[in-house]
Amino acid sequence: MLLLENILLALNGVRANKMRSMLTMLGIIIGIASVIAIMTVGTSMSGTMADSMNSMGASNITLGVSQKSSSTETTAGGMRFNWGPHSSSMSDEDYLTDEMLANVKEKYPENVSEYLLTESIGSAQALDGELYANINVKGANNESIENDDLTILAGRTFTDKDQKGKKVCIVSDYLCNNMFSGDTSAALGQELSVKINNVFYHYSIVGVYEYDNSGTFSSSSEEETSTDFYIPLQTAFDQEHVTPRYSQVTVVTQSGTDVDTFMEEMESYINSRFYRNNDSFEVSCSSMTSMLESLTETMNTIAMAISFIAGISLLVGGIGVMNIMLVSIQERTKEIGTRKALGATNGSIRTQFIVESIVLCLVGGFIGIVLGIGIGYAASKQMGYEAYPPVTAIIFSVAFSMAIGIFFGYYPANKAAKMNPVDALRYE
Amino acid sequence: MSKGDVIIDAQKIIKRYYIGHPNELEILHGIDLQVREGEFVAIVGASGSGKSTLMNIIGVLDKPTEGSYMLDGVDVMKAKDHELSAIRNKKIGFVFQTYNLISRTSALKNVELPMMYAGVPGGKRRKRAKELIEMVGMGERMHHTPDELSGGQKQRIAIARAMGNDPALILADEPTGALDSKTGRRVMDIFHDLHEKQGKTIVLITHSPELAEECERILTLSDGMFIGERRGTGYAPS
Repeated sequence: MLLLENILLALNGVRANKMRSMLTMLGIIIGIASVIAIMTVGTSMSGTMADSMNSMGASNITLGVSQKSSSTETTAGGMRFNWGPHSSSMSDEDYLTDEMLANVKEKYPENVSEYLLTESIGSAQALDGELYANINVKGANNESIENDDLTILAGRTFTDKDQKGKKVCIVSDYLCNNMFSGDTSAALGQELSVKINNVFYHYSIVGVYEYDNSGTFSSSSEEETSTDFYIPLQTAFDQEHVTPRYSQVTVVTQSGTDVDTFMEEMESYINSRFYRNNDSFEVSCSSMTSMLESLTETMNTIAMAISFIAGISLLVGGIGVMNIMLVSIQERTKEIGTRKALGATNGSIRTQFIVESIVLCLVGGFIGIVLGIGIGYAASKQMGYEAYPPVTAIIFSVAFSMAIGIFFGYYPANKAAKMNPVDALRYE
Repeated sequence: MSKGDVIIDAQKIIKRYYIGHPNELEILHGIDLQVREGEFVAIVGASGSGKSTLMNIIGVLDKPTEGSYMLDGVDVMKAKDHELSAIRNKKIGFVFQTYNLISRTSALKNVELPMMYAGVPGGKRRKRAKELIEMVGMGERMHHTPDELSGGQKQRIAIARAMGNDPALILADEPTGALDSKTGRRVMDIFHDLHEKQGKTIVLITHSPELAEECERILTLSDGMFIGERRGTGYAPS
C-alpha cells in the first residue's frame, strides 16, 4: 500500500520537474539506448542470417579464390572465410575453371550436387529514348537462377540453349514499370539496349520476375532502384571476351553431407591439386554457418565495446541520479521533518526516496529501451535485416536500471531517513 | 481511560545542548508539566524562553537530557526510534505555524498521510479524511494542492490532518502566527470546537497573551522555567 503511494508520489515528482528529471535521466537513457540499439542490430543480424540459412541452404559452400598470405590470414573462430575475390591482382591462371569444377565433382560425386555460377558485369542502364531503368547486369547459370527463387510473372527462365550464349535476358517488373508502362507481357520478346561502360549491348527479353524489395531499405525511389538483370552465363563471358573462369563459386552439396568436414576436405584437395604451384593465390571455403559464426563474433566484439561505453554512461547517469536525489532531499528537508512529525519511521522515509530513485531510473530505462529499439530497427532495416527485438537485453536493461536506482538511491535515501526531525522541521 | 486522566506527565525536564563542551548551554532548567485529558492549556513565553524546545520535547521530536516524561501512559524516555515514530503517529497531532503541508499533494492526501503511516487501509483512510475535511469546512477544496489554498485554508487542512489518527493530544505551535486576525479567529474557533465538542486535549504554544486568555489554563515560560500559572478568562464563541 505504501509502495503504491510512493510510486505515484515519485511519478508525480518526475512530472512536476520535467526538465530536471529529463537531464538527470539522460545518462541512463543514452546508456540503455545504445546497448538496446546494438543488441537489436545484433539479434536482427543473426536472426535474419538464421532465416536465410534455412532458405538458401546451410548446405551451400562458397569456394573463393583468395590471396595467399601466411601472416595476415583472415580467420575467425578457427573458420576461414573470404570477403570476395581479390580480383585486382588476379591473372587468368589464378581463377577457378570449368575443368577444375568438373574434376572436383568427379572426385566427390556423393557430395557435390551442383554449382551455382555467376559472372557479375556491374551496374548499367537499360535505355529506350527518354525511358531508362537502372540495372545490375549479371550472368548466371540455370542452377544459380533457380537458387535465387525468382517469381516469374511472365515468360520463362533461360533454356539450356539460351545458356550457350544467346543474347537474351530476364528483367524485373520494376524495369517493366519504367520502360513498358508495367505491361509485362508486352515486354516479352522486346529487344532492349543496355549501356554498360559506354558500350551498347542488345538483349531480347524472355522473362519478367517480381522484384522482392522486402528486407531492404532503400532511400531511392522505385523508379531509381537498381534491379538484377539476368543474362546467360556464357553470354556474359562472350561479351567480356574471356573463357569461363570464376573467382567465386557456390557449391550445392548433396543432402546428408557433413558440410564442415567436406568443406575442409574439398579445400585441401583443390589447393593441393590446382594451386600448389601458385605463389600468390589459393582457394578457401566458407559456409553460411561459418559466415554466421564469424559475423556473430564480430557483432559480439562490437557489442562489448559499445556496452563498455554504455556502462560508463550508466555509471555517470547513476551518479547524476544520486546527485539529484541529494539535492532533492536537501530541498525537501522540511517535508521530511513534517513526515517524521506525522509518524513516518526512518524505514518509510528511506523507502520513499529509494522508490523515487528507482522510478527515475526506470522511466529513464524505459525511454532508453524505446529509443534503442527505434534506432536498432532503423539500423537493421538500413542494413537490410529483418528486425527482431532483443528480449533478453530488454529484461536485463529493466533490471539494470532498477539496480542503478537502488544502488545510487540508497545513500541519499539513508541520509534522509537519518535526519533529526527537530533540525529537519526547523530547516528553511 | 476516564476523563481527567493525566495525558502529559513531565517531571524535572532539563535540556542541554553541546554537552561536555566548554560552551554547554542549558535551555530548560527542570520543567514540571502535567496536562489532564480534555484540558486546553496555553504555554506562553517570549522568544528565547525555551518554548520551541519544550514543544519539541512534548511532541516527542526530541528527548530531554534529564527528567522523566510519560505521554498517555507511555514512557518516552525508554522508547526506541521506531516506537517514538509510533507515538508521534498515533498519540500526537501536530499543527505548525507554517502549516507544513506536503506540496504537490492534494489536501485530501495530506490529511490521509498520518493514517497512511499508521497502516489504515485506503478506503477507510479516504472516508475518514473526507469527514475531517468536511469538519473544518474545507469540503469543496479537498482536491486542491496547498499552493492553491490561502493561509487560513491551509491551517484548517493541517488541523484536519492532525486529527487523522484521533490523537490523545493536539499540539499547536503558534497556529495563528502567520494569519491575519480574522482567519486566525476562524482557526482558533476550530480548536475550541474540538475541545468542547470532542473533548480533545490541546496544548497551544503562543506568544500572544490574548489567544492564551481563551484557554483554560495559562503557563508562562521564561528563561527555561515556568514562572506563572493561572486560569484563563475564558472563550466566548463568536
